[in-house]
Amino acid sequence: MKKGLAVYAVFAYAFLHVPLLILAVFSFNSSRFAVWQSFSLQWYRAVADDANLIESSVNSLIIAIVATLAATVIGTLAAYGIWKRGSAWLSGSLYLSLVTPEIVTGASLLALFQWIFRFAHLRLGMHTVILAHVGFSLAYVVVVVLARLRSYDRTLEEAALDLGATEFGAFWRVTLPYLTPAIAAAAMLAFTVSIDDYVITSLVAGVDSQTLPMVIYAMARRGVNPALNAVSTLVVFGLGMLIMLSERLRKT
Amino acid sequence: MKLRNIFLQPTAMLMAITMLAPLAIIVVYSLLTRGAYGGVELPWTIENFTRLWDPVYGIIFLRSFWIAAVATALCLVLGFPLAMFIARSGSRKNLYLSLVILPFWTSFLIRTYAWMFLLRDTGIINSVLQALGIIREPLPLLYNDGAVILGLVYGFLPFMVLPLYATLERLDPSLLEAAADLGARPWDTLVRVTLPLCAPGIRAGAILVFVPCLGTYLTSDLLGGSKTVLIGNLVQNQFTASRDWPFGAALSLALMAVAMLLLFAARRNGEELL
Repeated sequence: MKKGLAVYAVFAYAFLHVPLLILAVFSFNSSRFAVWQSFSLQWYRAVADDANLIESSVNSLIIAIVATLAATVIGTLAAYGIWKRGSAWLSGSLYLSLVTPEIVTGASLLALFQWIFRFAHLRLGMHTVILAHVGFSLAYVVVVVLARLRSYDRTLEEAALDLGATEFGAFWRVTLPYLTPAIAAAAMLAFTVSIDDYVITSLVAGVDSQTLPMVIYAMARRGVNPALNAVSTLVVFGLGMLIMLSERLRKT
Repeated sequence: MKLRNIFLQPTAMLMAITMLAPLAIIVVYSLLTRGAYGGVELPWTIENFTRLWDPVYGIIFLRSFWIAAVATALCLVLGFPLAMFIARSGSRKNLYLSLVILPFWTSFLIRTYAWMFLLRDTGIINSVLQALGIIREPLPLLYNDGAVILGLVYGFLPFMVLPLYATLERLDPSLLEAAADLGARPWDTLVRVTLPLCAPGIRAGAILVFVPCLGTYLTSDLLGGSKTVLIGNLVQNQFTASRDWPFGAALSLALMAVAMLLLFAARRNGEELL
């Protein structure tokens, strides 16, 4: 039985990982068809020359970095607040935001923005995308940081207070250092959900705030394109490096 | 003001703007009439909700349920042995576990596109089969329900494996030994001891997979083409091409209500997330 499981596991892992490997291999193929011809970097050159791809990548990075910073700071504070004394309606709405289907989140945000725009001279753009991203990644941050707080010894803070620390001082110099690994993990999670989001982003983005997933999606809908294989490989590789880097940081 | 209250303010504000206000707008819109130019108008009506019972939409709801259910069942069947393998792999547990989690960190969109690359008429699978002379004409692998289910299973398998692994890991091995000592064959032990003890993990995994699959938009759009219209695509369509916001709002609420109901039903002795 044990052997059977191991054989099965090989197939299961192949199922999970081989499709992306094939995609990566064929991004170096000189033919545009799914038949191997010869090694070539032409699709990577095509990516580098595509102004649309470059611009949307820059947009995606700006959005993900700003949204991650905001969500991590705000979410960490909230997790601490909820840990100190629960807030039923806040926990409820964070939970709601986690379980709401993305398409509903996006559509309802779009409806809200359009309603506000009736009264204000604003348009959809980077700001609406960033606001949406902070909103949906916030709950992930709270969940991760709160999980770490659950294993935190409350008496440590009490000791700090007894020794004369202010309430904020105890948080800043005792609790926060303990939370650092969880905060880093939460930021990574927020970054990856932000940089990958298509469904919500496509609904609340304006003409000048196209993100990389939006361009990838549009290319994919037009059909398979070897340049898309190259972009995909770059994105997967970039995210992979980021994860390894954060693992390395976590261990030191 | 207490520190705790100050800390909660930004989140309270953000949740009010990005979660509660949009929800309130959706509720109001779902009770209004579609405007001549795509907006919303008075009078108040419940027509958007009665339209949900139209068989045209009923079929889409049923199909979405069916596809989500099949994908969930497949995830369970495929994920259970994998979770069992990881739980029993001793010191290499963490490595095997991270191999399951890794795809979760890479882009969902790109992983879906990878299947377009594999399944299309001139894709790898068809090319190889044709080169081997097994088939003459390419098989229609892409743009059907099967492709959507495959994409969903591929995307959400880790969500099933993780909770299953968590329960299997905590399973007391002496219970399995006891079953064997009492004469149960491995299969009996699996069906009558292991599986029932894994019920919480199965429930958690099923919910984690079923709920997002039910509201899927991306997978069905890319892998199902125009043929596979599911609730998610219907909602998206109302807010974009059809510009029927009140009906889109009613559909969104119906989808959310179903998701909430399922979560509530599954919460029984479940662990609190927040």
